Amino acid sequence: MKHFLTILSHEIRMLLVTPSTYIASVIFLSLMGFVFTDILETYSQAPQAASPADVFFKQFYLPVLFMVPLLTMKCLAEERRLGTIETLLTTPVTTTEVVLGKYGAAYALYAMLWGSTAGFFWILRRFAGDARLLDYGPMIGGYVFIAVSGLLFIAIGVLASAVSRNQAVASILCFAMLFGLIFGGSYLGDAAWLKSDLLHPVKAAVNYAQVFRHYEDFSRGVVDLRQLLFYLSGTVLALLFSILGVEAKLLHG
Amino acid sequence: MVSIPDQLPTAIAVSHLVKTFAGVRAVNDVSFTVARGEIMGFLGPNGAGKSTTMRILTGYVPATSGGVMICGFPVTTQSEAIKRRVGYMPENNPLPEDMRVSEYLYYRGRLKEVPRRKLGPRIDEVLEVCDLKRVRHKIIGQLSKGYRQRVGIAEAILAEPPVIIMDEPTIGLDPHQILIVRDLIASLRGRMTVIISSHILPEIEMTCDRVLIINQGRIVAQGTPAALRREILGRSRYELVVAGEPSRLEEALGLVDPALRVAAQTDPDGDGFRTVTLTIERDDELGEPILQALLAKQMRVRAFSRANPTLEDVFLAATRRSWDAIDKR
Repeated sequence: MKHFLTILSHEIRMLLVTPSTYIASVIFLSLMGFVFTDILETYSQAPQAASPADVFFKQFYLPVLFMVPLLTMKCLAEERRLGTIETLLTTPVTTTEVVLGKYGAAYALYAMLWGSTAGFFWILRRFAGDARLLDYGPMIGGYVFIAVSGLLFIAIGVLASAVSRNQAVASILCFAMLFGLIFGGSYLGDAAWLKSDLLHPVKAAVNYAQVFRHYEDFSRGVVDLRQLLFYLSGTVLALLFSILGVEAKLLHG
Repeated sequence: MVSIPDQLPTAIAVSHLVKTFAGVRAVNDVSFTVARGEIMGFLGPNGAGKSTTMRILTGYVPATSGGVMICGFPVTTQSEAIKRRVGYMPENNPLPEDMRVSEYLYYRGRLKEVPRRKLGPRIDEVLEVCDLKRVRHKIIGQLSKGYRQRVGIAEAILAEPPVIIMDEPTIGLDPHQILIVRDLIASLRGRMTVIISSHILPEIEMTCDRVLIINQGRIVAQGTPAALRREILGRSRYELVVAGEPSRLEEALGLVDPALRVAAQTDPDGDGFRTVTLTIERDDELGEPILQALLAKQMRVRAFSRANPTLEDVFLAATRRSWDAIDKR
């Protein structure tokens, strides 16, 4: 792991000097700002049951579906397309270090972008002056959920980039996998054909993988170890497959 | 312990190397050795297996069978040690588009474990050697082909590895830049072991101590350029433009040395002159006796010269010979 930090700092640096990072950040912050003002407008018209933070973080899938492919599609697919993966892997670095370094950089940027939405809450507190609007519980729960689920979402993006040479293919693949992960669970949870006794284990597994239910638990302050394990094991699995994907392409390319 | 293999006189030893891609043999039973400090040229038509062999040497692609030892370390089991000892510039010289030259070299130096303290002076040194000082702050994507090529070479020699492998380092360079690269490679002689592949044959001939010609994944010839010339084309060749009876020509040649053969001749032109190529397995100069014998036999000579075959002739003859062998099989 000697080169992990070299690659990580290099990748973060490269992300910070690329214009596409700033374009993505502006789009992200405008989208989330729009969502946030919309929520505030609703609250100003009539009292609501849930806190604004709760409603805000519930929209997490919007940026995840678009930002994660944008942030990760380049990382390994571009190296392979340019052929720089060959010069990279003929230095004393391992594939694991390369994949983890790129993963770490993408995750750092993802966390930084979400971290910047804390500014919305600061502005709300500064100008609304109404403590009831700021419920710290759902806010902290929301950020913890974003941080934990982001581990898996970014790992899926890296995996999509590892198995493809083309950035566009990688981003579409990533979008499809994230869509399946986020909405597939709730869709299958409601499906009638899964209700038979025979398919009970499948039903149990589907109930376990409900991303929206995980979010609700986190925002209520319930941090279930099983849910943490779900994201962590998923992350490890996706990264392992990414490493294997890069090495398999070497063997057969 | 680790430093002992580095003292071996043989830097690279390849034995019975085979690489199969989906049933097609790209490299077929290739064996050769390269001595420490030697510069070896790798010649072959497109698709001959040059790049594949080089990739196997760097440990990037595993071989199907056979063994490769670099500085005494086997590539298959000790790829970490190999990667620390090989500077590699791949075919087409892939570089990141959006980095500055000095940034790129710094990053690569860190990856190649050059100590941080030494890296700055070393980067200055390679920039100087590769004549890149003027573009050190330019973005690589905006550089011309010649500069990009030199950035690739600078990167390969950056960590001062004992073995340098470059796949077509002079492709796309202008004559002035080729001269710089040639001097650069020649300056590595004795200090580093270098393998280069190229299509520019005079390049190889001028820079390399030894040449290896490969075709269809097999080695068809290897040796110094001069030895290859002798082996493939015969020792000496003479070219003359002459008019007169063909039988008298043969008599005249018989007077000089019965071993002198006519390798090729053209049809006579309007004035009756033919271009004749003679070969003989002797190194000493036969020009004067041949000329005198021709004049004594009343032949008219318009031009006479001792031909100096280029590596190109050797290359064409050797690859043709290997094609013939494949066709016969």
